Amino acid sequence: MDVQSQLPIFVENIHKSYGKVKALDGVSMSVKEGSIFALLGPNGAGKTTLIKILTTLLSPDAGRAFVAGFDVKENPAEVRKRIGLAGQYAAVDENLTGFENLEMVGRLYHLPFSQVRKRALELLDQFNLEDFAKRKLGTYSGGMRRRLDLAASLMGNPKILFLDEPTTGLDPKSRLEFWEFLEELVRQGATLLLTTQQLGEADHLANRIVVINQGKVIASGTPDELKSQIGRDVLELHLQDKNRVSEVSRILEDLGREKPYIDEDSGQITLPVIHRTRSIIEAVRRLDNANIEIADIFLRRPTLDEVFITLTGKPL
Amino acid sequence: MPTTLYWVLSDIWVLTRRNLLRYIRIPQLLVFSTIQPVMFLLLFTYVFGGAIQTPTGSYIDFLIPGILVQTVMFGSIQTGLGLAEDLNKGLIDRFRSLPMARAAVLAGRTLSDTIRNCFVMLLMVVVGFFLGFRFHEGVGKAFFALALTILFGFAFSWVSATIGLIVRNPETAQVAGFVWVFPLVFASSAFVPVETMPSLLEAFAKINPLTLTINSVRAFMLGGEIASSLWQSLAWICAILLLFIPLSVRLYKRSA
Repeated sequence: MDVQSQLPIFVENIHKSYGKVKALDGVSMSVKEGSIFALLGPNGAGKTTLIKILTTLLSPDAGRAFVAGFDVKENPAEVRKRIGLAGQYAAVDENLTGFENLEMVGRLYHLPFSQVRKRALELLDQFNLEDFAKRKLGTYSGGMRRRLDLAASLMGNPKILFLDEPTTGLDPKSRLEFWEFLEELVRQGATLLLTTQQLGEADHLANRIVVINQGKVIASGTPDELKSQIGRDVLELHLQDKNRVSEVSRILEDLGREKPYIDEDSGQITLPVIHRTRSIIEAVRRLDNANIEIADIFLRRPTLDEVFITLTGKPL
Repeated sequence: MPTTLYWVLSDIWVLTRRNLLRYIRIPQLLVFSTIQPVMFLLLFTYVFGGAIQTPTGSYIDFLIPGILVQTVMFGSIQTGLGLAEDLNKGLIDRFRSLPMARAAVLAGRTLSDTIRNCFVMLLMVVVGFFLGFRFHEGVGKAFFALALTILFGFAFSWVSATIGLIVRNPETAQVAGFVWVFPLVFASSAFVPVETMPSLLEAFAKINPLTLTINSVRAFMLGGEIASSLWQSLAWICAILLLFIPLSVRLYKRSA
């Protein structure tokens, strides 16, 4: 058997333009069964376009894409039987109840009548929505809508699930819950392709990450591979006295991998560091010796902005 | 392929039901979509009616066929609006990613709007009765009159669907709807005999599918020659369906 029919998702040199704008400019990637694959990139990078091509909503201009072993262009009907899609906006009907929403999607998946009801109740239970099953969506919170949307995409027992920025608009608690749901799905054997703008989300969830920008893959690998490739932790420092930022910048100059980045207005200094604990201790010691008061100092992950500066040499 | 046909019908039914549930869940929607045509009926009967000379009989008898066709026309604007809403909310993307019949979303939408049109139309007939309207040609022809009206509304639902899928925004769909519906409705025999119009307008009104349909409905309800306007009306309906069903399905398939 050839490689494209064995992998859940196989993408080769996909191109897609909207007029003169190249949304996807030769993207290739493949996803292994039972894994979480994250597409990471800023707005307009081409993430949604790729999801739409893989879920048969859009046709690529050039290149080949296989989902569940079927060519999305040649055999979209077979692809649709095997996938679930939760798009960027919770695609649920406001005027129906939670149960009715799932029932509708189940019937459109052409599940046997007896199974539709069973599966809908099962999913409502699994997503902690059973108390709201008979309520109209007007009474649902944003997190509940998202959960219902994901439940709907699971009605047909798909093996491959596409999630376009699934946690956008969720509060931190709902986001954590949502991550747990996704991890559970993968434990049950599903393959997930999700898009995100947050490095932390990709880092937490994904087995593999592809970073795309302006329709091109600019980095890919496991989270660990990427982190060593695109930036270590960042030391962030806020001063009591904003006038001393340049002095501090000189003091810490040799501590990081690059020169410290200074924001004069806020008195904030950021510094990509190599050794986590050692650099924070060293920074505190040096500043204490120089009698400089620190308002706040902490280590954090690089933001997507900083990753992009590292990868592309320019900000998002 | 009986199983395929079964699933196509099942998909259409699932979506028709979904659209109709909206009217049960938000009864205000149905109330307001009924109040407007009733107000039109009262407006024309009592405000303009006295000033309009009709060839025969009372103005209410002349008006009801026109008002019914006008009502289903206005009702058909809802088809494009509903589709634009579904597009905006990402529901169409979900439907298109499901292994369901391609045309079911559009068929479900036009069918549910047609069913709603039936309800509003029957209500208008009842209100008309209170204002003095009567069928003069018996139950059989009355049925044909109402069936033709509904069929006409169904055809225009597909025009509206096409517009909704092109403009892709509910507010624009609403405005765009009135832009093409208003001239068709008022430059027709709905409210006045077309002979009273300036000659250019009269020429347009005479080939206007609304005029042809209204004249047929009028003949079914009140008597008079049916055949010529009926064939022309049916020809329009067929032409509209043959053109706009494939067009809107095509737009739907590319609507990502």
